[in-house]
Amino acid sequence: MVLSSYVGASVKRKEDPRLITGSSTYVDDIKLSGTVHVAFVRSTYAHAKIKGIDAAAALAVPGVIDVFDGKALKAILKDFYAVEPAGETGHETYDESGVGVDSNIIPNVHPLAIDKVRYIGDPIVAVVAETVQIAQDAAELVEVDYEELPAVIDPYEAIKDGAPQLYARVKNNISVREASVHGDVETAMANAAIKVKTKIREPRCHGVPMETRAVLAAPDPITRGITFWSSTQAPHWNRNSIADALGLSQNQVRCIAPEVGGGFGVKIGAYPEDYIISALAFKHHRPVKWIETRSESFLATNHGRNQWAEFEIGADEKGKIVALKARVLLDSGAFPKALDLAWCTWVMSTGPYKIENVDYEVVGVYTNTMANGAYRGAGRPEATFYLERLLDMVADEGGLDPTEVRKVNFIPPDEFPFITLTGESYDSGEHQKALDKAKELIGYDELRAEQARLRKEGRYLGIGVASYVEICGFGPFESSTVRVEKGGQVTIYTGISPHGQGQETTFAQLAAEYLGADFDTVEVFHGDTANTPQGNGTMGSRGLATGGAALMMSIDKLRIKACQIAAHILEASAEDIELKDGTYQVKGVPDRSVTLAEIADKAYSDDLPEGIEPGLDTTDFFKVPEETFPFGSHIAVVEVFPETGEIKLTRYVSVDDCGNIISPNLVTGQVHGGLAQGIGQVLWEELHYDSNGELLTGTLNDYALPKAQFFPEFETHHTTTPTYINPLGAKGIGEAATIGSTPATANAVIDALEPFGITHIDTPFPPEKIWRAVRDATATASAAD
Amino acid sequence: MYPQQFEYVRPSSVDEAIGILASNPDAKVLAGGHSLIPAMKLRLAAPGTVVDIGKIDGLAGIDSRGGAKIGAMTTYAAIVDSDKLGDFPMLTEATKQVGDPSVRNRGTIGGSMAHNDPAADLTAVMLALNASVTAKGKGGEREVAVDDLFVGLLTTSLAEDEIITSVNIPNDFANAKQAYVKHAHPASGYAVVGVAVAVTEKDGKVESARIGVTGAPEHAKRATSAEAALTGKTLDAETIAAAAALAADDLGELNGDVYASPEYRAHLVRVLTKRALTQAAGL
Repeated sequence: MVLSSYVGASVKRKEDPRLITGSSTYVDDIKLSGTVHVAFVRSTYAHAKIKGIDAAAALAVPGVIDVFDGKALKAILKDFYAVEPAGETGHETYDESGVGVDSNIIPNVHPLAIDKVRYIGDPIVAVVAETVQIAQDAAELVEVDYEELPAVIDPYEAIKDGAPQLYARVKNNISVREASVHGDVETAMANAAIKVKTKIREPRCHGVPMETRAVLAAPDPITRGITFWSSTQAPHWNRNSIADALGLSQNQVRCIAPEVGGGFGVKIGAYPEDYIISALAFKHHRPVKWIETRSESFLATNHGRNQWAEFEIGADEKGKIVALKARVLLDSGAFPKALDLAWCTWVMSTGPYKIENVDYEVVGVYTNTMANGAYRGAGRPEATFYLERLLDMVADEGGLDPTEVRKVNFIPPDEFPFITLTGESYDSGEHQKALDKAKELIGYDELRAEQARLRKEGRYLGIGVASYVEICGFGPFESSTVRVEKGGQVTIYTGISPHGQGQETTFAQLAAEYLGADFDTVEVFHGDTANTPQGNGTMGSRGLATGGAALMMSIDKLRIKACQIAAHILEASAEDIELKDGTYQVKGVPDRSVTLAEIADKAYSDDLPEGIEPGLDTTDFFKVPEETFPFGSHIAVVEVFPETGEIKLTRYVSVDDCGNIISPNLVTGQVHGGLAQGIGQVLWEELHYDSNGELLTGTLNDYALPKAQFFPEFETHHTTTPTYINPLGAKGIGEAATIGSTPATANAVIDALEPFGITHIDTPFPPEKIWRAVRDATATASAAD
Repeated sequence: MYPQQFEYVRPSSVDEAIGILASNPDAKVLAGGHSLIPAMKLRLAAPGTVVDIGKIDGLAGIDSRGGAKIGAMTTYAAIVDSDKLGDFPMLTEATKQVGDPSVRNRGTIGGSMAHNDPAADLTAVMLALNASVTAKGKGGEREVAVDDLFVGLLTTSLAEDEIITSVNIPNDFANAKQAYVKHAHPASGYAVVGVAVAVTEKDGKVESARIGVTGAPEHAKRATSAEAALTGKTLDAETIAAAAALAADDLGELNGDVYASPEYRAHLVRVLTKRALTQAAGL
């Protein structure tokens, strides 16, 4: 394929043919001879001591090889479950068997429970057998003797003195705390013309990747370590964790993330099962495989969101926010999975707005439920959701239009880069421009008129606006190796680990544009720690902004060398060579040109000038100077039917600004997926635990993922405000639409119910909740009459 | 998960299947498998023997002479595609709303009746159409009205050795005013509430009305008070509203879950009955 310009072209995804034809390789497709299989015995209690484990019946089943418990695992592991310290809590880790009570600690958690279990689904025993069927049958025969302990499911209860303690040394179950105070909140609040006080819930969600988690580990006779395949977003992190745990060096452990069927944040970092399966391969000297069932996935793959927040907000008569006070409670679940979520919410507390008086605290609390971790947006959607709901409440209270409230609060474009109260530097932003574009596209003023007309007919149209800014492109670094093969084909090895994001396509576009590569013959390798440079994987919308930036370093270096070799071939000076229309030409003399293939041929020959080494490859690391901040505005239109509480989403306009766009197709795809997940969270998705810690929504029959027919055609648009943070001028787009769409959709539904005097309902919005809200509001109104 | 280990047999005749069922108390019949297999994979069901009746000749097909006789192994997809069910448009419309294409391609009408899922669609439709099933067992063949078939949660009045061979729709409601209206669960697609109505008229008055309700009660049931409120009246908005108000009165204790409480289900029964009757009446 030859295009005049690859960057910005809507090319087809290089990944798709193999994905569409089902010819790609996921962990479960990898069959190693001699593989044994694992089924887990998981806790049926939310909180209990383990008094004993009777494995005799399971061990007696023909084909069972091992019934492996936490004590056996502890004898193999040198170290385990490293969790990044975060916030004010957690500067010291401790073994959970430790005694005494300290503050500021993070417990190390045994991958297989030893003394006690802390949530339903907590792994206790791994049954190893010749087939997975035998393993699953035998697992049912393992008898665990429990002594039930009082469980705590509600984080507001868990934080109280005297509540059941999940970890002996973690006082009040507090997992993490992030807080700061700026300005004089009290005075500003006291003098505010408009005041709103409210409590907002962000529901507990599940990422539900199409492929569940999966691990296959095999002993490696060459390194005397192991190779393991894991359905993960960050193979280097898993490799490093497992190497530490097994007491091996990093070059003895190889982690491969083959084709990964979705991650959405829930496949970041080694899980207990990664440690257990690796240790079993090490112990038995046989390949060991575990494929998570969907039921296990709901119980034991990290949940997301799951916060409550109490707010007081004050604004002047125009809706300009003068004071913001927040007490956010983050349910961390049963063990530390991603405590930095507290930071993620805190750091984005003021969003795209200029607010001077802020008192914002996020506290995380352990409960006897599955651990909370990253889920598409990871802490930032929560912050945005709160703020955007609050701005609508301010608009309601002040009788103002929601778009006008945003307008008076936006950070003006001439103040970028803008240093936030939380110390971040917003690189670039044109918030009003994005909002104006969204309003124009949806026909905002006409819609408001239509809404007024329909209300007179007893129909309830809702228009929801949300503006957002998010932080992405996290460091600390990203890496790239680029090799031009003899023949001119370009091979790229990247430290990121795409699993649906499509960087095989984007990176090929960059190599075609800036190195003169043939787009169709570029191969991008990722996800194998044995052949890629040390990297940090794919998460936090960082693939292009950091991995692409590293790639550009490599491309720029190779282009310079390619120019030197071209100069040698064309007998010109290197300064006079330019890459134009896919060939290296003498400036102004297009017929004096060579292709990258000819240059590569020369690079591997013995005919190179003095001072130029053979070969055409390089490895480079991009140090992330600071994060980048995509932004945008979304507008949703819904109709609510009060008779049953049903909601129909009728239109959706998104205007996202992710800086320069390399692959418009991929950006559209990311926005579509993000909208589906964000809107899904508002209208349908929620995990429910009962008061005993039993998961009530543990199957896809109960947990409502949106289906294509639930949505109207999305109208996706962009503004383009480049960043200076990386050479591409590109920001991330992986999470932006999720972040914008939850408040926009929720605001639309609440807006529809405004005639009933309803100002807030916690999401999601199953019809019964809406029906009840309307019924209660109507009853209150008639009582007042 | 994988199901627990089980024996699998595939008889070639109904009599052979009955013999196997009679001698294996923990045997289960496998028709389309779209209820049984998921239950086995979740280990909620663990039959010792699975009796696959999928290869028995003569159990599938639709005969539309005098009502409709639908072979037990007729798939939902075959019902949707059939040109022989024009007298019962509600059946086609309701069947289109069962599951998704893969469920409709495998799932069978006989399986639906025998499984008696509290949230199935066609149980309500068959109640409204006054259908019966033909069941064959050790003791011979008998016809059971669906009114008498559904007796409890996932329980029918069939004996352990009885197999449904056909579902029979009489002529009573051929070309009658009819409609099926459903509130589908957003995750499973099952009926949170589904209401099927069939109404015949004589001299401008309702002669006979049957209303089948699924999703809300323990098993699909008829809304008899609402039916009575229609009989002898003109099928207008006022009559419909009065009948719909009674639609949840005869259903016993209602189901509740995190998606919809019993109270909300009762509300939906009334609203959907009104909608179904309004649609059937062409108002």
